[in-house]
Amino acid sequence: MADMENGVISPEELPKAQSRTKAFIKKFLKRKAAVISLVFILFILFMGIFAPYIVPYDAATPDYTALLQGPSPEHWWGTDEFGRDVFSRLMVGTRLSVFTALAAVTIGTVIGAVLGLLAGYYGGIIESVVMRGADILFAFPDILLAIAVVAIIGPGVINVVIAVAVFTVPSVARLARSATLTEKEALYVEVARSLGCRDRRILWVHIFPGAVQSLIVNFTMRIGTAILAAASLSFLGFGANVTEPEWGSMLSQGRNYLVTAPHIVLFPGVLIFLTVLAFNLLGDGLRDTLDPKIK
Amino acid sequence: MAEKLLEVRNLRTEFKREKGFVTAVSDVSFSIRKGEVLGLVGESGCGKTVTALSIMGLLMGTSGRVTQGEAWLHGRDLLKLSRKEMRSVRGRDVSMIFQNPMSSLNPCMRVERQLTEAILLHNKCGREGARARARQVLEAVGIPDADRTLKSYPHQLSGGMSQRVMIAMALSCEPDLMIADEPTTALDVTIQAQIMELMLEIKEQRNSGILLITHDLGVVAEMCTRVVVMYAGRIVEEAPVTELFADPVHPYTAGLIASVPKIGSGVRVLPSIPGSVPDLSVMPEGCKFAPRCRYATEKCRQSEPELTAVLGSPTRKIRCHVFGGEKGGARS
Repeated sequence: MADMENGVISPEELPKAQSRTKAFIKKFLKRKAAVISLVFILFILFMGIFAPYIVPYDAATPDYTALLQGPSPEHWWGTDEFGRDVFSRLMVGTRLSVFTALAAVTIGTVIGAVLGLLAGYYGGIIESVVMRGADILFAFPDILLAIAVVAIIGPGVINVVIAVAVFTVPSVARLARSATLTEKEALYVEVARSLGCRDRRILWVHIFPGAVQSLIVNFTMRIGTAILAAASLSFLGFGANVTEPEWGSMLSQGRNYLVTAPHIVLFPGVLIFLTVLAFNLLGDGLRDTLDPKIK
Repeated sequence: MAEKLLEVRNLRTEFKREKGFVTAVSDVSFSIRKGEVLGLVGESGCGKTVTALSIMGLLMGTSGRVTQGEAWLHGRDLLKLSRKEMRSVRGRDVSMIFQNPMSSLNPCMRVERQLTEAILLHNKCGREGARARARQVLEAVGIPDADRTLKSYPHQLSGGMSQRVMIAMALSCEPDLMIADEPTTALDVTIQAQIMELMLEIKEQRNSGILLITHDLGVVAEMCTRVVVMYAGRIVEEAPVTELFADPVHPYTAGLIASVPKIGSGVRVLPSIPGSVPDLSVMPEGCKFAPRCRYATEKCRQSEPELTAVLGSPTRKIRCHVFGGEKGGARS
């Protein structure tokens, strides 16, 4: 049948099979700030996993012979009021600070995305309930909301994760809903329906992939916010146990020695700043790379 | 005469507006036989697409709903089927080809996944079987390197290729009826001709029916066996294609045909129909075409004519007070 008269298409007309992943990597590598951020983030994540085994000093053991020392060859970033090595504590603290944020944003994004997709696709009562709920949560500033959640369920690492996840949900839900509304109108969704697809399949197979891209970008951007929020909660004493190394609580405890030993707050502060910045720059880079309109 | 494939009776579809309902399609009846191409012609917004979507049960998600009518296919009234039953009809018994091939394919999915999806939905053939079938239908629509096309993403295909893939998708479960909603409007003319040829060829092989929705009278003349002309949600004229072009009876049809440029006619200014399609919410009483019709009488403005057979011509129907009672061509 391929030889039928009207069916002749020259082979040149056919597309060249080209890997999307390759094109994506090539485009991403052009964004220097994002690449540097990614390297930094990978370093932080590496530390989060392996720091306890490789740092020069134990994070919890005090050394009363070296209290409040400034940076030196022995203690790169100095020591705190109990003589603990600030560098070691910060690196070990990565696990608590960054992974708390990662877990919180992941949970928040998954819940928010599901709610947003359902709200956008089915509309009606589901949409009203979800979106009004999101509006209510939106009415409070993020950190206030997190404090309120922790105040209700009590302090602790797990509860900080829950608190940060709660304030991540509404913005993700809104984003997912608006992406779904756009996708829902797409002709290929109607085509899928005209072929006899069921709603659930249309939603997850046809609409969800189109929304994923903006969700990924939002995800990386939110991690920065979440690290800040987790650190803030710890700073305020709602987070991890004070004896555990955590960036926010280190900052909090160090502020008593701001005048005599500023390095105790300087290094946690700079580390939080750089990590948040890196996640934001990575998000920017991903957005530009994923946007087909930007070459 | 071949057996009837689809019979639509008294279809009426309404859309919810801020104030009450507006009627987009009213009293639409027609039938399609096996091996026939029925053209559904009319201006933009006259209810062609709504008619098709109503038959397919694809109005959910819009504010529209079918309030009256029947659509019989294989002894079942499509408009009364449950959502689940309707899902099994869509794609397997009736499939649809849309206007814009470039946006009909999901940009996130490879052609293979989209094509096999349709096949797997209606057949229990497994991944391998579906892939073989996909390759087979792609070859049937004249794509030479089916394997390469299967691995492509839609943005790598040209418009003509995309429409071939769409037709392959519509064909994949061997439906008896294909509804083509302006399948070639977005394509350039040479590709248009190829796609038309392809559709006719497939129809011949399978003895299926096609409902072709278009506003392009050239396409109608080329493809269709019979034509239904719609205006403001109503059928105004129904006729075999040759008779319609040779001798349009309804003033609206006549105006439409007159406004198509003809090579060598020497006409410098194209004739057009004055006025525009009435807004759905402020439909004139009586004949909907009366405000734009130069033959309109007092009777036309007061009561709406029925769709009746044209005298002396069993295959033709017309909705007109003025020309309804006489054989076409009597107009001076």
